[in-house]
Amino acid sequence: MVEKAAKPAGERQGAQIEQYLSAFRSFERGLNGESASPIHAVRKEAIAHFASTGFPTTHDEEWRFTDVQPIARAPYAAGTPGTVSAADIARWTFAGLDANRLVFVDGEFSERFSTVRSVPSGGAIMSLARALTSGDAAALRHTARHARYDQDAFTALNTGFLRDGAFVHIPDGVSWDEPIYVLYLATGRTVPFVAHPRNLFVAGRNSRCFVVERYAALAENSYFTNAVTEVVLAEGAVVEHDKVQEESLNAFHVGSAHVSMAAKSNYTSNSFAMGGAIVRNNITSVMEGQGVECTLNGLSLSTGRQHIDNHTTIDHATAHCNSHELYKSILDGSSRGVFNGKIFVRKDAQKTDAKQTNKTLLLSDLATIDTKPQLEIFADDVKCTHGATVGYLDAEAVFYLRSRGIGIELARDILTYAFASDVTGRVKIEPVRAALDRLILKQLHEGRRLEGL
Amino acid sequence: MLEIKNLHASVNGNEILTGVHLKVNAGEVHAIMGPNGSGKSTLAQVLAGREAYEVTAGEVRYNGKDLLEMSPEDRAREGIFLAFQYPVEIPGVSNTYFLKAALNSVRKYRGLAELDAVDFLAMVKQKMGILEMDKTLLSRPVNEGFSGGEKKRNEIFQMAVLDPKLAILDETDSGLDIDALRIVADGVNKLRTKENAVVVVTHYQRLLNYIVPDVVHVLVEGRIVKSGPKELALELEERGYDWLKEEEQVKA
Ligand SMILES: Nc1ncnc2c1ncn2[C@@H]1O[C@H](COP(=O)(O)OP(=O)(O)O)[C@@H](O)[C@H]1O
Ligand SMILES: [Mg+2]
Repeated sequence: MVEKAAKPAGERQGAQIEQYLSAFRSFERGLNGESASPIHAVRKEAIAHFASTGFPTTHDEEWRFTDVQPIARAPYAAGTPGTVSAADIARWTFAGLDANRLVFVDGEFSERFSTVRSVPSGGAIMSLARALTSGDAAALRHTARHARYDQDAFTALNTGFLRDGAFVHIPDGVSWDEPIYVLYLATGRTVPFVAHPRNLFVAGRNSRCFVVERYAALAENSYFTNAVTEVVLAEGAVVEHDKVQEESLNAFHVGSAHVSMAAKSNYTSNSFAMGGAIVRNNITSVMEGQGVECTLNGLSLSTGRQHIDNHTTIDHATAHCNSHELYKSILDGSSRGVFNGKIFVRKDAQKTDAKQTNKTLLLSDLATIDTKPQLEIFADDVKCTHGATVGYLDAEAVFYLRSRGIGIELARDILTYAFASDVTGRVKIEPVRAALDRLILKQLHEGRRLEGL
Repeated sequence: MLEIKNLHASVNGNEILTGVHLKVNAGEVHAIMGPNGSGKSTLAQVLAGREAYEVTAGEVRYNGKDLLEMSPEDRAREGIFLAFQYPVEIPGVSNTYFLKAALNSVRKYRGLAELDAVDFLAMVKQKMGILEMDKTLLSRPVNEGFSGGEKKRNEIFQMAVLDPKLAILDETDSGLDIDALRIVADGVNKLRTKENAVVVVTHYQRLLNYIVPDVVHVLVEGRIVKSGPKELALELEERGYDWLKEEEQVKA
């Protein structure tokens, strides 16, 4: 172990890194004239950074509980995306959600299945690749400016292969209440592949929007999604950002969101993680002006041998900002969960009000969670609270339900559902909330009976 | 209807029930009184099937069946209802949802069709009327943030909806003011028929003015040490329990 740690990453992971470097070389060849653009200089820097660090190991404090070796050593091949039908897309569209939608199939933008009917004047809802090639000012200004690729190998990889994803720009003063739906659908391609989705959501001054990001799969095949989403809120902007992750149970998913919040902006993230074999979600939100409201809600459901890791960082860099965080996990089978919630309160961030809650429900004796709140407070006039609980279903509550004639399975399901609905209930977009309810019910034994109630 | 013979039960290795004998016939009301900690709630919970209590000896027959063999849900479906001394709060589950799940589970077991939303609501409204319950309690999570009195009333409301054969009321009167007590007692009386029975656990005579018992039992240190007519409750109110404890010691 010690011996291993002493070697530089490049030596340890030679073959693993080379796989990506060779993919990068062919990626470069396919870029043609675009390789002269400023974005490409960033790509090269990012990939060089990745080459020097390699993948993190469990010796890295940030990755202590999540071993990404299975992700790193898996072979991936390039190829063309599989096919999907209109019916597939319909199945993965939230019932009743009337939305502009950007669809990606096996990581590639699908012009055919994307429908953008209306765009705010002066703004954009389109593929990021198109925005960059057409010289969209907001896209050029913000792409790769917020997600730090020098601090995380997966962000470095994503930035190296940065090409496409969803781009949303809501101009100043526009309240765009029709949700924007971004769907990443994996088709069940037999050869494992990597996708590096890159999303950018820019909300102008005093604008408002709702974005739903969803990762889903038509089959239980193996592949690796390495997504990065940058969210930029100008002064007074309001954004609700929902993420629904239902990848294949044999897929790997690493998703990082970087949120920059200017003064008086209000950001809410509702993150739901249900799929994937090994999953890591990072959310880093930075308060860059005063009077910011930041809300991070999360719910993980795992079973079998799934591993779901949620890392959140809220950086109170300025005074008079509030943050509210609620992360819950429901673990069944021999699944593993990780929660790490960092809250930094910088020296000047007086009058900070930060509240973090982390609750875990264990449905099986074999499931485990590693949970770590991490508060680092350098200001003195602040209010920061955190609490973490881990437990099984309340035996008294189960008995109470049974004493009214409710069978034990249904009793357990009702209580589990109630635990989850505390988070799903916070999603403001009704069709998404309803779909999440159905998804959770589907995972419960007696879900169908619950639905009938 | 209910026949308990020599029932012994322990929790965490401590014997709490030390040989209870009790027979309740259809149409009867029995009161169980006794000092704090004598095992009244333990008896009630054991009858409802709480697994935390281990039955170490004795038997309980209910309508000819071995009650102790049955799961808690099957006991409820067979018509046993326990109004808890401390009703449990269940955040995130609305009262309506909970009641509907309960009622339909019971109906299904009894071979009845599940009630649809309209019939269910009509029935629930009628029962709420009997107990003069605030309708907003329906949409609130089960017992969460309810006052002591509201919780007790909610127990009897559930009882009214589930229509049990044997109702066991564990200190349903404590925490109720005199008006609420009358309403709850009226509710219980409305549900009484020749076919069902009620066991009332209480400390106070005042509830027994409304729900008049056929027999009063005194539970001391895990067994019934005295049974008598309703006048026994008055005597207990006056004299307390110490004289019974002394009688016990003399016997021993
Ligand atoms: N879960 C438990 N664990 C340990 N002791 C218990 C438990 N439940 C009840 N007891 C004990 O059993 C005795 C009888 O309690 P209980 O049945 O609640 O009495 P009552 O209802 O007559 O006041 C008390 O001494 C009480 O402390
Ligand atoms: Mg008691």
